[in-house]
Amino acid sequence: MLQLIARRILETIPVLVLVATITFFMMKAVPGGPLDTEKNIPQEIKVQIEAFYGLDQPLWKQYASYMGNLLRGDLGPSFKHANRSVNELIAAALPVSLELGGIALCVALLVGIPLGIAAAVRQNTWIDYLASTTAMAGICLPTFVMGPLLVLVFALHFEQFNASGWDFARDRVLPALTLGLVYAGYIARLTRGGMLEVLNQDFIRTARAKGASETRVVFRHALRGGLLPVVSFLGPGIAGILTGSFVIETIFNIPGLGRHFVTSVFNRDATLTIGTALFYAALVVALNLAADIAQAMLNPKQRAN
Amino acid sequence: MPVTATASPALAADAVEPGRSLWQDAWARLRRNRMAVIGGVVLIVLTALSLFGPLFLAYSYEEQNLALGAAPPSAAHLLGTDKLGRDQLARLLFGGRVSLLVGLAATSVSLTIGVLWGSIAGYAGGRLDAVMMRIVDILYALPFTIFVILLMTVFGRNFILLFVAIGAVEWLTMARIVRGQVLALKRQEFIEAAVALGLRKRRIVLRHVVPNVLGPVMVYTTLTIPAVMLLEAFLSFLGLGVQPPMSSWGLLIKEGAEQMEEAPWLLIYPAAVFAATLFSLNFLGDGLRDALDVRASKD
Repeated sequence: MLQLIARRILETIPVLVLVATITFFMMKAVPGGPLDTEKNIPQEIKVQIEAFYGLDQPLWKQYASYMGNLLRGDLGPSFKHANRSVNELIAAALPVSLELGGIALCVALLVGIPLGIAAAVRQNTWIDYLASTTAMAGICLPTFVMGPLLVLVFALHFEQFNASGWDFARDRVLPALTLGLVYAGYIARLTRGGMLEVLNQDFIRTARAKGASETRVVFRHALRGGLLPVVSFLGPGIAGILTGSFVIETIFNIPGLGRHFVTSVFNRDATLTIGTALFYAALVVALNLAADIAQAMLNPKQRAN
Repeated sequence: MPVTATASPALAADAVEPGRSLWQDAWARLRRNRMAVIGGVVLIVLTALSLFGPLFLAYSYEEQNLALGAAPPSAAHLLGTDKLGRDQLARLLFGGRVSLLVGLAATSVSLTIGVLWGSIAGYAGGRLDAVMMRIVDILYALPFTIFVILLMTVFGRNFILLFVAIGAVEWLTMARIVRGQVLALKRQEFIEAAVALGLRKRRIVLRHVVPNVLGPVMVYTTLTIPAVMLLEAFLSFLGLGVQPPMSSWGLLIKEGAEQMEEAPWLLIYPAAVFAATLFSLNFLGDGLRDALDVRASKD
């Protein structure tokens, strides 16, 4: 078990190096530099600025110094945000994105799992059809459809919430719902499938035969195995919630990591793009790792190995 | 399962008989699934409308009428117009062509890579298999949406690139599914017979292995199309995919979201059509899976 974890952690290192390298060279290949949109910079000053940021060096040297700084955890200065380092920008934006993602994840789990259990326990009744159709609706209304529609109804029509911003507690409601409901749909489907499979197994019949109540059978015996697919989905699911925040943070004008990433791409702010991309990659890799380990711990067969 | 090499039509009919019954069986099951049938019909209607609808409209998707501006639905413009006075119905139908085309083209890219990768890995086995699947595992861990966004920035929102970039992202699961199927097939007797007959590996893979993994591949393909369309719409929504005056459903949703307060019809119709398409594709995919699933057909 420990060996498995250690091996998986070691495997993430080449992945991260790969991500850093690919994003670095891609941003260097982007036509147009970060200084292009500044109006009328005199040539001498431009040369000086480029020298200051090391942009006059040959590409391999820029790459080497970037990777060297990266090893020390330094993501470099931002080209667009004057006097701010990428580290500072990420540090300021991360809590916002984590809060948004965290609430969204809670919404997804608290809506998705009960919906899936209800559908599985009452398979092929109207409850199942209603739950399954709702789940499918969640999946088929992607964030960039759901978000504007929720704003249209609850912010503009009923005027209950602000259409954008991140200043008050109630500003969390619409973005978190938008992001969470899509994944609630996936989780409900996975829970239903997992529960159905487990409920058909012999040990469930045994539990019923020995007189356990239906509640006990479902929650005590079936749920643990039935949730396995959900656990293995959590890694990619959380990663999806993170990238989903690109759209959400743009729609609702939330000062988080996702908005930084998207605007830095448009601004040609290479260091910020690489920094945020790398940070996302590290998060996704770490979450996949955590999901794998959690799955191994829940599954007795793998635990024994 | 399809049998190859036929001498005469009569013989062919004989030989194909058991295979046809499997597909007929699946077809019958699919037809009993109401949601899948509705999904299929909706898809056919939407595709036909997108393909042929623009031919019957009085306006083209890029024809502007600045005097009109964003007008609500009326007799002249059934779904209203956008802020440049372009007919929303024409843009919606033309956008359907683009979105469906992206869906099909990008899915074909992912289908080709995934099926080849998976069947080679599964059939070759051993060290090659280990290396190939390790690559898939590593790619799985990468946040691909970020790379697609970067790709679109680097190469300037090229239309063809959009297909390739999206297709290149979505082949991983396909490769895993195909490999699993091939591994199971490899141990079956008719493959042994083909090996014993001295057929070349290439021929065994292409003529005997690939046709037999068609079922799961078909199911997963139907489920890949909505994923791909979603990614295109996602990119267009962020302003990185299809560019105006071209039209796609993602782009229309973006434009609609920008002015939903003044002109809600610009958001509601594209959103509804897009959601209906995803709904139909998912239900059809689910139906196909139930109809073709070997496990389900045993009980």
